[in-house]
Amino acid sequence: MKFLLRRSIFYVITAWAAVTINFIIPRLLPGDPVAAIIAKNQGKIPAEAAESLRILFGLDDSLSLWDQYVQYWKLLFQGDLGLSFTFFPTPVADVVAQGLPWTIGLVGISTIIAFTIGTLVGTAIGWRRGTWADSLLPITTFFSTVPYFWLGLIVVAIFSVNLGWFPSSGSYDRGLVPAFDWPFISSVIYYGTLPALTIVLSSISGWILGMRNMMVTVSSEDYVTVAHAKGLSARAVMFGYAARNAVLPQISSFALSLGFIVGGTLIMEMIFSYQGIGYTLYQAVSTHDYPLMQGCFLVITLSVLAANIIADFVYAVLDPRTRQEG
Amino acid sequence: MTVDANLVTEADELARQSQAPKTGFFSTPKRRAAGKPPRLLFLRSSKALWGIGILAFFTLIAIIGPWIAPYDPDAPSQALLQPPSWEHWVGTDHLGRDILSQLIVGTRYVLLVGFVAGIAATVLGIIVGVTSGYLGGAGDETLSALANIFLVIPQLPLIIIIAGQLPAAGGLTVALVIAVTGWAWGARVLRAQTLSLRRRDFVEAARANGERSHRIILFEILPNLTAIIASGFVGTVTFAVLSQITLAFIGVTPVSDWNWGTVLFWAQNNLALQRGAWWWFVPAGLCIALLGMALTLINFGIDEFVNPRLRSTSANARSLKRRRIVPRIGFTPVVRTAHPAAPRTRKEPTA
Amino acid sequence: MTSTDTAGAGAPAPAGALVADPVLDIRGLSVDYGFDANPTHVLRDVSLSLGRGEVLGLAGESGCGKSTLAYAATRLLPPPGLITGGEVWFTGRDGRREDVLAMTDARLRQSRWQDTAIVFQGAMNSLNPVFRVGRQIVDGIFAHRPKWSKAQATERAAELFEMVGIAPDRLRSYPHQLSGGMRQRVMIAMALALEPQVLIMDEPTTALDVVMQRQIVEQIAELRDRLGFSVIFITHDVSLLIEIADRIAIMYAGEIVEQGPAQELYRRPRHPYTKGLLSSFPPLRGPKTELAGIPGAPPDLSNPPAGCRFAARCPHALGRCQAVEPELGPTAVPGDATARRVACHLHDGAQPVPLELALTR
Repeated sequence: MKFLLRRSIFYVITAWAAVTINFIIPRLLPGDPVAAIIAKNQGKIPAEAAESLRILFGLDDSLSLWDQYVQYWKLLFQGDLGLSFTFFPTPVADVVAQGLPWTIGLVGISTIIAFTIGTLVGTAIGWRRGTWADSLLPITTFFSTVPYFWLGLIVVAIFSVNLGWFPSSGSYDRGLVPAFDWPFISSVIYYGTLPALTIVLSSISGWILGMRNMMVTVSSEDYVTVAHAKGLSARAVMFGYAARNAVLPQISSFALSLGFIVGGTLIMEMIFSYQGIGYTLYQAVSTHDYPLMQGCFLVITLSVLAANIIADFVYAVLDPRTRQEG
Repeated sequence: MTVDANLVTEADELARQSQAPKTGFFSTPKRRAAGKPPRLLFLRSSKALWGIGILAFFTLIAIIGPWIAPYDPDAPSQALLQPPSWEHWVGTDHLGRDILSQLIVGTRYVLLVGFVAGIAATVLGIIVGVTSGYLGGAGDETLSALANIFLVIPQLPLIIIIAGQLPAAGGLTVALVIAVTGWAWGARVLRAQTLSLRRRDFVEAARANGERSHRIILFEILPNLTAIIASGFVGTVTFAVLSQITLAFIGVTPVSDWNWGTVLFWAQNNLALQRGAWWWFVPAGLCIALLGMALTLINFGIDEFVNPRLRSTSANARSLKRRRIVPRIGFTPVVRTAHPAAPRTRKEPTA
Repeated sequence: MTSTDTAGAGAPAPAGALVADPVLDIRGLSVDYGFDANPTHVLRDVSLSLGRGEVLGLAGESGCGKSTLAYAATRLLPPPGLITGGEVWFTGRDGRREDVLAMTDARLRQSRWQDTAIVFQGAMNSLNPVFRVGRQIVDGIFAHRPKWSKAQATERAAELFEMVGIAPDRLRSYPHQLSGGMRQRVMIAMALALEPQVLIMDEPTTALDVVMQRQIVEQIAELRDRLGFSVIFITHDVSLLIEIADRIAIMYAGEIVEQGPAQELYRRPRHPYTKGLLSSFPPLRGPKTELAGIPGAPPDLSNPPAGCRFAARCPHALGRCQAVEPELGPTAVPGDATARRVACHLHDGAQPVPLELALTR
């Protein structure tokens, strides 16, 4: 259990670091854009909300940095991230809470799909090294080097503008009332197909390449040779011995690169005006809504951390060595 | 392929590599060390050569760009939103500005930010990674935890909120922000490698001789990390290029600085997609892809140089097929050929 | 020189004649490394027979091709290894003869572990780290005995564990929970699961301490006596071989340079390389002797020298050693057993064999 304990400590520290970074950034940067906005909206912002914003952005010079920090944490524990200017006077927490399920649904599902398919394809390519399968590599390399958002643009141009198969923006048919029924869910799937496809297309190549390289490395391990020597079927060797071990580093790198992937996929929401956190962040950036920006960043980071914890858990289940006592 | 000499021992010592017994009785020098491949070997990889070629092309454009650009990228004209023609090879935008000129002029910014960020992040990564790997103990724990934290925190949103709150996020600022958030990967890889180097004989020997730590790091460890540093650098440049273009695309950085992302920003904001103005967003993306491809190819070259297992099994697939060789682990191919290259001087007695 | 007739003048015996009833007969095996136009010839025309019930020791410096020989004979050599010629005849208990190199994949898979099992060097890496050791034994059994019940296979695994001296409750351990010696025993138990006729052991004891080495070697000898399989025991430590081997073959630079009955070869080496190799290791028993290495390094096989490959390091090298390659033939020492073979110009009868290579008693 030492592994899980170590990891838990790490996550606590990382969460603390993320919050602290969020606390420090506005204080380090020059200029008080938030002060200006508060001044501009004098009277419109409730006194209490203005106070929160002062704490969040360190506008109150009378307090010591430590006191500001303590107050900041207090606000966070109350779930108070300030008021959004873009969606005035909705609290940032509410705006973010609206977007989060969409992001988790879109980015989460498509990332898992990409990971699964990519790992399987990588397994096959790595296993059949030196055959035609290797010629898939240049194609996947190309997809791994184009920026996510550009692929999004191309996909929209082809499937939405030219072919008209899928809508180019939004997350469901606005004529529908969100409910847990088939028309709504099918609409969500219909609208989500294109962004999901783009995310899968652009992130899958990383998994293919990673798994392929791990398969190549693991395939020359002794235990794989032993498995061949035992006369096990090709399937048993490929999955039980080679892929079963190659997937372990793949999962750790999944955990590590989640931050990177999520960053890229959030941009995708911007292209598709998909109402998740990424799109919210985009709106916040373009309208200089600093409280919303900070809130988005915090929530994104914490979500990535949560995903990391899950990935770690899966790793611990798959690798008996992490369960070693002592 | 001169590397094959090294591979021979691998066949025999398939498994032993890590735990080779110290026989020591034979006065034979370590052959692996003796047959060290020349450093420029990775240039023999055609992948790396292609990558370097493309990168050199873009670097040239970045240097001479403003002189060879056919138009002023900011100058409007009457030719609004024109598809590619002889006057405008890549067409024009909604103000009649020449897109090719925008791309050419923008190359400098892209490469400059990419390399500045890459260099800064690599230096940070080397400092943190090597120190952490060399120190060990509590210092290592702290530094590698720091690197892991920066890895887990999503960089792009972090870059966005920092750059978004800066009053003027110019090129250099963006480069530094990218460097500050993007050093962790290199540091992590370098730490692992330094850790293993630290236990090697030559480092132990240097330490036993009482050499100073900074001398050991500079002269014994760093030279052995060259390939990994190079690959980390190339990776960071790729990340920096993509990040800054993304930033420009979502409009965080000033739209007056031309870079490929800026072109896409204008395209997106003027509904180039809906208007079917493919020439507005396709060429910029292809430039990004081409540059990214070049960097990735260079890294493939370095990877294969560092890890021979990844080297495609020499010879190309077609010639293998012609000789009916199926390279497979667990089933060594049998291709009965005479040995014209090395005939025996006398025949084996077979009576 | 009266008794030279049998060895010197008679026609060289066919390769198979060294062994009366070969279970594994390797003939003219050649292996290249590298698929490109300029491969390295790591094995050239190697012939070796393993008699039924015999323990054959295979020794040489690392990189001499002894492991390559074992992997190639079982077709387990990884890319870019390529077998370019030769035959590996396996003879079953029922007299069935088959060329391993000519088998289809399916047939090869079927034959593996039943006919020939291997214990690899470095037991740490030979076990799949994510499966319990019991499961790794059982999956090998199921691959060949699909009709067995799970209980039956597990029982067999427990029996094997007892055979090699491990408590059967260790079947539920993961490899990382076992010590190095125990892991090696697990590998041996695993190899014996299907009662193979040939057991190839590739440096099975190098990662272990001396005490453990002896225990393992003794155990192998004891199991061989009980179960009657044949063993190819690969090691760079000739003094270890003398404990267990019936016959020893010495390899150098991808070729067999000497072979003969273990005791004779050990006490009275005929090839200068064997002599050097033997004096590199302290004898396990007997008086202390001075250790001397062999100066120089084995040749680069991608660019081998003409003539005898050992000539550059040989203290007795003659002029023709640099030009003409010696072939494996009888020794020139009177009274040697007929089963002795050496590849050295010193034994072609044209000159007296140096004293230290001509010991008779």
